[in-house]
Amino acid sequence: MKISDVKGLRLMANTIRQDIIRMLVPAASGHSAGPLGLSDIFAILYFHEMNFDPAKPDWQDRDRFVLSNGHCSPVLYASMARAGYFAIEETLTFRKLGSRMQGHPSRSWLPGVENSSGPLGEGLGIACGIALAGRLDSKNYRVYAMTSDGEHQEGSTWEAVMLAAKHKLDNLVAICDRNFIQIDGNTEDIMPLGDMAQKYRAFGWHAITVNGHDYKALMNALDDARKMKGRPTMIIAETTPGKGVSFMENKYQWHGIPPKPEEGQQALAELAEERKRIEAEA
Amino acid sequence: MKLNPEMHLLDPLSPELKKAATRNAFGAAVAEIGGKDPNVIAMSSDVAGSVQVSLFSDKFPGRFFNVGVAEQNLAAVAAGLAYSGKTVFIGAFGIFSPGRNWEQVRTTICYAKANVKMEGSHTGLNAGEDGATHQALEDIALVRSLPDMTVISPCDYNETYKAVFAAWKAPGPFYIRCTRGALPTFTTQQTPFEVGKINLLNEGSDIAIVAAGDTVHESLMAAASLEKEGVSVAVADMHTLSHPDSHALEKLAKECGTIITVEDHQVKGGLGSAVCETLADVHPARVRRLGMNMKFGESGTGAQVMKKYGLEREGIAKAVREEIALKKK
Repeated sequence: MKISDVKGLRLMANTIRQDIIRMLVPAASGHSAGPLGLSDIFAILYFHEMNFDPAKPDWQDRDRFVLSNGHCSPVLYASMARAGYFAIEETLTFRKLGSRMQGHPSRSWLPGVENSSGPLGEGLGIACGIALAGRLDSKNYRVYAMTSDGEHQEGSTWEAVMLAAKHKLDNLVAICDRNFIQIDGNTEDIMPLGDMAQKYRAFGWHAITVNGHDYKALMNALDDARKMKGRPTMIIAETTPGKGVSFMENKYQWHGIPPKPEEGQQALAELAEERKRIEAEA
Repeated sequence: MKLNPEMHLLDPLSPELKKAATRNAFGAAVAEIGGKDPNVIAMSSDVAGSVQVSLFSDKFPGRFFNVGVAEQNLAAVAAGLAYSGKTVFIGAFGIFSPGRNWEQVRTTICYAKANVKMEGSHTGLNAGEDGATHQALEDIALVRSLPDMTVISPCDYNETYKAVFAAWKAPGPFYIRCTRGALPTFTTQQTPFEVGKINLLNEGSDIAIVAAGDTVHESLMAAASLEKEGVSVAVADMHTLSHPDSHALEKLAKECGTIITVEDHQVKGGLGSAVCETLADVHPARVRRLGMNMKFGESGTGAQVMKKYGLEREGIAKAVREEIALKKK
């Protein structure tokens, strides 16, 4: 299902945010801030940008989505459910025994999940392998790799950055969730990442920094990446962690915990208000 | 010697035996497979020549990727290629792959049952001159603990060649342990090779040696010298360490009473551990484990270092004599 208008995508992102809250409360464990911060980007990827068929998760020509920061699984599951991979009710089993909604996504458990992740610094390398295979097989699919800023502290991420530039993987577009938080605090206090776009350019990539909640800017960046020949593209998406829930926004303490039931109610009430505001817009 | 005729071995005592490093067999086999299967990819982390994957890259440069000195990325990129339908052979030093990239091997390769076949070369004291930093003595322990990983430690060139073909034909991840130094080639094309099946090379009744990799030939040499002392020693090649041949081990334990395991690896976590775990289940027996006794190695020729730490024929024979004396008490 493709959504062409920004308002429709914003409504979808709002739906995804509510799904995330509904999933996290009964799970009583999991990550809140990152998934909420990424909901706008996931709405664009799953409902505007990528080509795939939920009925045929193994379709050889599908675009590949590699989630490297696997702790953001709630936004992946909500997006996949809304895109038609499975019923949204199944996301309520998140983190429960026997659920396909494993705490961190597993390609062994859930069709449509390209890679198992959670351990950081691996997704970009996997994405490079998939992009190389696509080139060897003369496939036109594109590879989308979602990464976090924190996982750029892993040296293995930079191993993959070098490889992608060496092989001029222009069928690869990576996105970095630049939210400036990690479990123990703010990224620039724990281990500064600095100007990430400059770093990527120094490594031979095409790099664009955008507001991670600005739909037009994100869509333009993805278009730009598709036109870029001979270089992989990194979109540094500056996001607000916990976006849409006032008491979570920009608080690193919400990186790795779920809302309690009453906090969940408040979050859902705020998101319902946001939905009304979006609907009221022209 | 009472060589098992079903094994079609060359005379292990013959000075005419050719010697070859098993890494050469890995490279040659992957290059051969590359010609049969266009879906096969090879990769290395700046050691393509050292681990002989260069035999593949020379023939099929378009299907070879050198990731540079980056073993973690080696595993992750291989996994991505495998998810896309490729069979990927990755050659590196055992100390770095799985030593450096174990978690990538676990998460991106094993958890996905990906078709990635690892070559760990320069393993054990056999790596010799490079010294302790490069002598992988813990690699088997690392990979043997991984679900869905098949672990093979072949004893010579021909067995390595067969192991690589077996890995190509079987689905899922493999780790094939190779040597830097040359080993006598005493098995032949006719020697059977089946993943998970012990090859009983020499028949004997007083004691059984179970070995893997570069210690197999040394064990045969020990058995030959002990025979002159009137000791009948069975020698078994347990090339598959992930799936121990419990039936054959039970039979050996019943027939010989005591088993001596010999491995170019720490005594914890490798072949000796696998044999003990298996016998504890099927037929508890006395097991003497020879290997590196939880120490680091040192420089010297492979043969010198092996001898210093008791992992060549004389050290093995000494252990056998001690165990025979214990049996008689």
